[in-house]
Amino acid sequence: MSSLDHVFHALSDPTRRALLARLVEGEATVAELLQPFEISQPSISRHLKVLEDAGLISTRISGNARPRRIEPAAFEAISDWLEQYRMIWSENYARLDDVLETMKTKEPKT
Amino acid sequence: MRPLAMTTPTETTIVITRSFDAPKSLVWRAHTDPELVKRWLTGPSGHTMPECEIDLRVGGAYRYVWEWADGRMVATGTFREIESEERLLLTEVFDIFPDNETLVEQVFSEQDGQSTVVMSLHYDSKETRDGVLQSPMDEGLEASYRSLDALVAKVP
Repeated sequence: MSSLDHVFHALSDPTRRALLARLVEGEATVAELLQPFEISQPSISRHLKVLEDAGLISTRISGNARPRRIEPAAFEAISDWLEQYRMIWSENYARLDDVLETMKTKEPKT
Repeated sequence: MRPLAMTTPTETTIVITRSFDAPKSLVWRAHTDPELVKRWLTGPSGHTMPECEIDLRVGGAYRYVWEWADGRMVATGTFREIESEERLLLTEVFDIFPDNETLVEQVFSEQDGQSTVVMSLHYDSKETRDGVLQSPMDEGLEASYRSLDALVAKVP
């Protein structure tokens, strides 16, 4: 799998997306991440490994604690193209506004 | 600039909605008259549309050519359904992604002198699945993006 495929796979699971949503708010330990979920710690750890393999999160070693944190750079590549798309259409439609204005003045409403 | 709404309601669909301060008849013409389309559908700044051909009938083809300083891109497709001033259903293929055909629906409506265009892009997931890196138009990406939207919204 390419790295982008890893990312897609990582994001395809609702539990992993929920974990990411939690981590966007700040780093958290496995115990903290476990709280809102009704699944086992090994299962959470497996999900975290998938996210880490995809480069979406990383582990910080802090004494005995190993808090996970989000890796924002990993999101940039995949969000880029849709943002570009949004920008292109915003610009297209802004020009269309101008075209419509000239059409209106050329053809007053009957 | 008026806001544009972009949503991804299914894993293979993007919907873009935008309203215009003009009657629907003008918005329709601006979408279907090549001389008018060339003036606004030019894409990123620095791009132009030197060629635009539109054969507006069911089964008719269109062809858009964009050029910029060091590049050129062509989109072609055919009109599948046409309801004058109401709705267009057309196919779209870009020369850079010849295997990915997108189905594009544009619905035109008018209320209180304001027109709204709802453009839905339907991607063929089977076609696009193999082309993740060549083409971003992938169902996985769109599913990802929906969750990203929620994630990014939370980043201060």
